[in-house]
Formats: sequence, structure tokens, C-alpha cells
Amino acid sequence: MMNNINQALYAKRKRSNFIGLTLSMISMGLGMIFLLWILSILFYKGFSAIDLDMFIKSTPAPGTDGGGLANAILGSLMIVTACTLISTPIGVMAGIYLSEYGANSKIAAITRFVNDIMLSAPSIVIGLFIYAVIVAQVKHFSGWAGTIALALIAIPVVVRTTENMLQLVPIQLREAAYALGAPRWKVAFSVTLTAAKAGVITGILLALARVSGETAPLLFTALNNQFFSTNMNAPMANLPVVIFQFAMSPYDNWVDLAWGAALLITLFVLGLNILTRVIFREKVQA
Amino acid sequence: MNTSQSSDMLTLQAKKVLKIQRIQDFVFHKSTLFFALTVLFALIGIIISLIVSAWPALSEFGPGFFFTIEWDIINGKFGGLIAIFGTVVTALIALLIAVPLSFGVAVFLTETCPVPLRRPLGTAVELLAAVPSIIYGMFGLFIFAPLFAEYIQPALAASLGQVPVLGYLFTGAFNGIGILCAGLILAMMVLPFIASVMRDVFEIVPPILKESAYGIGCTTWEVVNKIVLPYTKTGVIGGIMLGLGRALGETMAVTFVIGNAHKLSASLFAPGNSIASTLANEFGEAEPGLHYASLFSLGLALFAITFVVLAIAKVMLARMEAGQGKKT
Repeated sequence: MMNNINQALYAKRKRSNFIGLTLSMISMGLGMIFLLWILSILFYKGFSAIDLDMFIKSTPAPGTDGGGLANAILGSLMIVTACTLISTPIGVMAGIYLSEYGANSKIAAITRFVNDIMLSAPSIVIGLFIYAVIVAQVKHFSGWAGTIALALIAIPVVVRTTENMLQLVPIQLREAAYALGAPRWKVAFSVTLTAAKAGVITGILLALARVSGETAPLLFTALNNQFFSTNMNAPMANLPVVIFQFAMSPYDNWVDLAWGAALLITLFVLGLNILTRVIFREKVQA
Repeated sequence: MNTSQSSDMLTLQAKKVLKIQRIQDFVFHKSTLFFALTVLFALIGIIISLIVSAWPALSEFGPGFFFTIEWDIINGKFGGLIAIFGTVVTALIALLIAVPLSFGVAVFLTETCPVPLRRPLGTAVELLAAVPSIIYGMFGLFIFAPLFAEYIQPALAASLGQVPVLGYLFTGAFNGIGILCAGLILAMMVLPFIASVMRDVFEIVPPILKESAYGIGCTTWEVVNKIVLPYTKTGVIGGIMLGLGRALGETMAVTFVIGNAHKLSASLFAPGNSIASTLANEFGEAEPGLHYASLFSLGLALFAITFVVLAIAKVMLARMEAGQGKKT
């Protein structure tokens, strides 16, 4: 009798274990299906759109055939490069402050908190902010406005990873440098930062990956430009906004170009993500 | 005599070097502080500029703005209820689906997955998180929505749609795009975010705790439910809140599939609007004036909501980390 109850209980526990673990395996499978589904669709639709024209011709006017993405590719590259050049020094310096100087001070705690909020803040609100303080003041859209909006998204990523990576540097390394009489700034710059170099570069690349796909903040700042332009002070074509406008359009060749652009961006972003993993793993093993 | 003079000179020189180093140090310290403060000022700037730009609408309509349905561009009457409703409902649908799935993924990655597969599968989940949101939007509009209209919507209407009261949620035309579709695409997007936070917090559970449970004969599922989950409770809630913050503020994925209709409907199949999609669609064409200020008010509301959600997430995760230090 007692044995029966025990056995029933045992069977029940075994059953719930089986059901739970099966469900967890199914959800993992679903996640992988999503990833493969999205990637395969992108390759299927995007590859047919990629040809030489895409890289040498500018975006087509409504109703015309052909055309490419040359202006949007160049615009995206310029905006993202400028954004990286601006956000790297600011982010790394702020990260050094939080890790080396601020440590447990109140101002560092507040900055860390705000930085984490900014890390996940809705990107469209950042676009609104830059519109209000820059575009509305100078009364025209510009590549620079887009650059600054993206920099505001990239900086928190760089700050966060820089601080975390500097924290990983053993304290003995700093103490050894102090014992030799090195001033604090030199220790921070030539010892700690150098030791954490791979990690900091990882952070910068991650920020780059994050901003290169961002669309919402560019809608009200860089806008779009149908023509080839290298003027950062004027509206500038860029891949994400082109995807947004072309995908919603009634023209078939526009939609095709949107798929091509989507494949380009995804390959770039995922490639960067994998690259950061390789860099970081090599460093950990060394 | 000679030696004492040289040592005097040395100290003089050392003092000089020290003085220069102090100045350099001071400059370096303050400049790093300055850059750290830029992050702080950016946030303050965002709040102030949003309030200033939203003020004309807020003073015209009062706090009632956030509870008014009307959004009449021609007659200049604006209320934010539809957009706020759409934002909250899509985010909640996303969480409802993504939370159990991400829990499953995290359990699989930490408990059942064969060790050699852990790293590649974990990377795959993180890659899913890295796919830009506009790609999810395109995928949703061109691939998912047609399938959704053809297979899932009729199935839902035939099953859940027949249940009294609850059935109202699943009535209407099978258009594909709409509130429910947006919620599903959002669920796909936030799943990897929540899953990777959950996996990270599951991994900090001390092995001794789990091994003791296994030692007295617990099944894997019991270890997860009775040891891992209680130990990581705050961290898990923090991860969910982080996902909620993402879902609320997401623009591109939602704009493509929500339908962009300023209507309030009981049915989840009906097209709607979220704050972010309203901004993405209308801001470009808005004239300076009430419409413009109303859009800024919506932006302010979105920022306020996500700020609170993210702040809760941050506090929860910080408490988790602090607790970890004490217990291990």
C-alpha cells in the first residue's frame, strides 16, 4: 500500500520532469527555428537583389527601373564611422572614470545607473531629442544630427564594457606600477587600459554593431537623400531609412533593394558580433 | 658637501616632476569626470527638451491628454490613449509569450544541453538578439503576417474565439497585421534578451546547492523549480523587466506590422498603433504646433514608462548581485 503511493508519486515526479525538460527543449528549438528562418529568408530574398548595380548606382526615383544603394551605403558608412570616432573617446574616458577614479563614489553610482537606463532607452526618443535640440534649431536635417543621435546610443555601450573590462584587470598590476612611482593617469592609460585592450575593443565593435542597424533615431535626423552626397551637413541617405521607406513602397524594384540592403546590414552586424567573440576568446586564452 | 648638494638638486628635480605629474593627474581625472558627466547631462537634456517641446500640448489638454481617445489632426484635437494602450498591450502580449519560452531556453542552456553544444547555442541566442529590429519588421510584414492571416488567425478564431467573453479578443477580419501580430514579432525579438539574462543569473547559482538537491534525489525539473528559481528570483524578474523595457520602446519591428490605425478595438486582430509607431509615421509630416507638441508628449510618456520599468529592472539585478556576494 505504502509502496504503491510511493511509486505513484515517483512516476508523477518523473513525468513532470520529462514534460518540463521536453518543453524547455522545444522552446530552444523554436528559438533556433526563428533564427534560421529569418536568416534563410534574408539570404533567399536578399541575394537575388545583390549585384554590381547595387554598389555603383544611387537609389532610384519613384517609378524608374533599376538603381542601386551606392548613396545609402556610403551614407551609412560615413555616419557610422563618424559616430564611432565620437563615441569611442567619450565612452572610454567615462569608463576609465567609473572604474579608476569614481569607484564607490556617489556620482559614479548615479552615472552607472543613468548609463544603464540609456543603454536600453527607446532609440526613437533619442531621435526626438536630437530633432528638438539640433534639427529644429538649424532648420534642416543633416548627417551630423544622425551621427550625434547614434553616438548617444553607442556611448553607453562603450562605457559599460570599458568599465567591466577595466575591473577585470588584477589590482596587483596597478599596485606594481604605483610602486614604481607612476602617476595615476599613466597607470590608468598605459597599464590598466593596455591590459584590457581586447575587451575595450570588443565593446567598441559591439557599439558599432548596435548602431549600424538602428533606424528610429535616423528617421528625424539624417532623414534620407535620393542622390549621391558626401555632405554631412545635409540630409543623408543611409541603409536603415532606405529599408524603411522602400519596404513600405508599392514598387517591386524598391522592395527588392530593401531586401538587398537588409541582407547587407544583417551580414555586417552579425559578422561584427562573431568577430568580437573571436577577439575576446583569443585574449582570454592568451 | 658635494653629495648633499646633489641630493638637494635631486629633491628639487623630483619636486618639479611631482608637481607636473600632479597637474597632469588633475587634468586627466577631471576630463574623465567630464566625459562621465556627459552621459548624465544627456539624460537630463532629454527630459528637459521633451518637456519643453511637449508643453504646448500638455498645457492645452492637461493631464487628460493621456486618457483621451481622440486623435484628430485636422481639427487639432489630440489624446494619447490609443497609442499608450497599443504600446502596453503589444508589450504585454510579447512578455506573455516570450517569458515562458526564454525560461525554457535558459533551462536548456544551463541544465540539459550537452556541454560541447552550450557555447555555440548560447552564441546563436545572442546573435538572434543582435539582428537589427528593422529586419524583424520586414520579416514580420512580408513573411510572418501572410502566414499568420492564413493559418493562425482562423485557427485562433475557431478555438479561442468561441470561448465566451475571451472570444471578443479573437474576432474580426484576418488581415495578418494588427496588435496581435505586432505582439508576436515583439515576442520573437525580446526572447533572446530575456533568455540571455536568465541564463546568466542561473549560472551564478552555487553548484553546492544544486548538487545537494540532486544528492537527495531531486529530478532536474525540481532542481530548477525549487533551487535555481527561488535563488535567482530577483535576477529573473530583473531580466523580464529589461525585456519589457525593450518591448515598450521598440519602433521598427512594431511599425511594420501593427497596422497604424488610430482606432481602439476590443479585438487583438484589429490594427492599432503604439507610441513608437505613431512617432515613426507622423513625426515627419507634423507641422509645428499642437500636432507636433502632442507627438512630443507621447514621446515623453514613452520615456517615462520605460524609465520606470528599466529602473526597476536595474534595482532588481543589482540586488541579485549584492545577494550573491553574501551567500557564496
